[in-house]
Amino acid sequence: MKSDIVISGVGGQGSILASRALAGAAIAKGLNVLTSEVIGMAQREGPVTSHIRIGNNLSGALIPDYAADYLISLELSETVRNLNKLRPGGTVITSKTAIIPTSVQLGLSKYDDEIYVQYIKEQAEKAIFLDLESLSLQAGTPRAGNVVIMGAFSTCPGLPLQGEQILQAILQLVPERYRNINTHAFELGRQAMEEF
Amino acid sequence: MVIKLLMGNEAIAHGAVEAGVKVAAAYPGTPSSEILETLAAMAGEHGFYTEWSVNEKAALETAIGASFTGARSLAAMKQVGLNVAADPLMSLAYIGIKGGLVLVVADDPGPHSSQTEQDTRKFAQFAKLPVLDPANPAEAREMAKYAFELSEQLLLPVILRPTTRTCHACQDIDLPEDIRKNPPPAGFEKDPNWVIFPSLSARKHIWLNKQQERTGNILGLSPFNRLEIDGDTRVGIVACGLSYNYVREALQLTGLRASVLKVGTPYPLPAAPVMELFKHVDRILVIEEQEPVVEDQLISLAWQQGLTAPISGKHDRLVAREGEFDVDKVKAIIEKFYGLQPESGQETPLPELPLRPPVLCAGCPHRASFYIFKEAARGTEAVFTGDIGCYTLGAIPPLNALDTCLCMGAGVTMAAGLHRVEPGRKQVAFLGDSTFFHSGVTGLINAVYNRADITVVILDNRTTAMTGHQPHPGIGNTGTDGQGTTVDIAGLARACGVDFVREVDPYDLTAGIKAAGEAMNHNGPAVVIMKRECTALVEKDRPYTIDRKDCIDCGACVENLGCPAIGRQDGLPAINANCTGCGVCAQICPVQAIRRKL
Repeated sequence: MKSDIVISGVGGQGSILASRALAGAAIAKGLNVLTSEVIGMAQREGPVTSHIRIGNNLSGALIPDYAADYLISLELSETVRNLNKLRPGGTVITSKTAIIPTSVQLGLSKYDDEIYVQYIKEQAEKAIFLDLESLSLQAGTPRAGNVVIMGAFSTCPGLPLQGEQILQAILQLVPERYRNINTHAFELGRQAMEEF
Repeated sequence: MVIKLLMGNEAIAHGAVEAGVKVAAAYPGTPSSEILETLAAMAGEHGFYTEWSVNEKAALETAIGASFTGARSLAAMKQVGLNVAADPLMSLAYIGIKGGLVLVVADDPGPHSSQTEQDTRKFAQFAKLPVLDPANPAEAREMAKYAFELSEQLLLPVILRPTTRTCHACQDIDLPEDIRKNPPPAGFEKDPNWVIFPSLSARKHIWLNKQQERTGNILGLSPFNRLEIDGDTRVGIVACGLSYNYVREALQLTGLRASVLKVGTPYPLPAAPVMELFKHVDRILVIEEQEPVVEDQLISLAWQQGLTAPISGKHDRLVAREGEFDVDKVKAIIEKFYGLQPESGQETPLPELPLRPPVLCAGCPHRASFYIFKEAARGTEAVFTGDIGCYTLGAIPPLNALDTCLCMGAGVTMAAGLHRVEPGRKQVAFLGDSTFFHSGVTGLINAVYNRADITVVILDNRTTAMTGHQPHPGIGNTGTDGQGTTVDIAGLARACGVDFVREVDPYDLTAGIKAAGEAMNHNGPAVVIMKRECTALVEKDRPYTIDRKDCIDCGACVENLGCPAIGRQDGLPAINANCTGCGVCAQICPVQAIRRKL
């Protein structure tokens, strides 16, 4: 059993927590795991990508192009930026929400949601678009998008991990007082997938 | 045994604790910072000392002092930090150590968060010190443990050089449940061999050179170098450190065959496994990131031994000297080496994507400080020199506030240099509080002594923010085992001989602009301390909002500040959920349309 997962987003969205949770769930399942994360300067609102490789007999932590089984993305344009990591037949779970960088406000670059959605649909056989913004608010905090999307991911068929183990791994990483909100966010993500 | 998910830096810290480290010191720098953070968290339980030193030289010298008592010691830093610590390191190689001393230096090919892509393996070769190069976090832990033993065996400091992709990779690692305790160190024993006179250096240089061969022999037996012979091919690949992973996966993906020598000890390159590889192959490809450290030694060894198998790598431009590698890059190199045309995928062109450079956080006090000084300098040709820290981001639009950035502390001294040639122009140096203690204060003393008429702006956000909020002498709290002594920046500047010292809250634009103007007009060096805690460390204040009725869409808030909390909604500027309530935008709105939410 082997799984290559890319998580992309913008610094501050909590992609590292998601990556650590998947790694924790893999260990709970008795699998080997390697992750690679972006830490440092880019965390200040820059693009961030985590690679998670689960299985046995792993090589390096970086996933080759066109090899990831899953691309999980917390921001729409970042999904496009990382789509070359997805293997043919791989699954995309992405937020529909745009985080418009300052460069766009200043007229230095462009952001076009519709083109990005179109491009993702053309390029990926399986693409799921989630309204992470409203799902997070429903969970009780705008910052819960990472946990909502983990809930959604946990329902994917054929994962080497069990949904419950992912949730438990998340709960181990967050402060006790946020347990309920995170459990709720995870559940909302799970439910959102039932529509697809 | 217990299985834990450890980041490479945490794994290195665990290895050091298992080896019985007694003293560990570091200055933060990405990608190395979590090494000392992890050690500090383990120090109480395991009974050893850790500190955040003021700079890398101080960290290494602290470790050296501890080693001279017989204690195992460690210093950690990023690759450019070793430039600062080069002085003690070069001399230490001659003097040698007593308790095992491991210097962890994290390299950053890419670079992701550094000024250079310098190769610490090359530095090790220059200093004539052994260097270990891990392929993953699990090996980094093993190497950290072994490095102490090797150090004591050779009486030399040993360098452990992970790169970003090991430092910030996580892996499941088996850890022992109990860690045995080392006997207490013997203590410092007086001996003329600790005093580096030229006569001693002359003798010790001969010793140091002899140690190179001895080290090579010891490392020839090391399990960190592993030869995997494929009897069906006469092609060999030598892969150093992290590159081994990429080679392994690229061979799997392409189905190509090669005997592979994984090198974990790049300097001095042990002859034994290399000579064994030559027996099985007719040509060799060397794959390593950064400089041709292994390749050059391999070529030299082959020439000495009269071996004629062709060696490919960086010298014939098959392998890049710049940038970070990955499986795809290494796969293309290997295919080219085999004379194959790398597959060219038919890619659909990507739609235009937004530029997303890292920016100062919403509410960052540095943004206000830059705005203040730009306003105060309006209409002048002032030069703003920058330094290393979050505030380097002040150089990007729309602030465009910094004109230079070179290395830690250089802002102050470069401002003075600029002043020598253009004394009629204003020079303003910006640097952070932690950077001021690291190497800015020497520049300030230099400016006072040599009467440089410059303004030094210390952006005092009460932390070392960029690297993850480590403490520094201005805070007092050591972040390790408790309360240190606070060094007051204003008092220090006055003690250096600066007449003009002001402390200002950057959120108060009026007071800030006044102080900035006075400082720039002051005759002689002036210091302005912009004091306000890093926004990531404090609770958000009540947010602001823009009244759409009153907004005239002049764009001042968007274009002058570049705050990620200010976007546009239905055509007009609007404040989003990132707002921290700093109130800076409200102060620059010409029609007072920005008000605190009720």
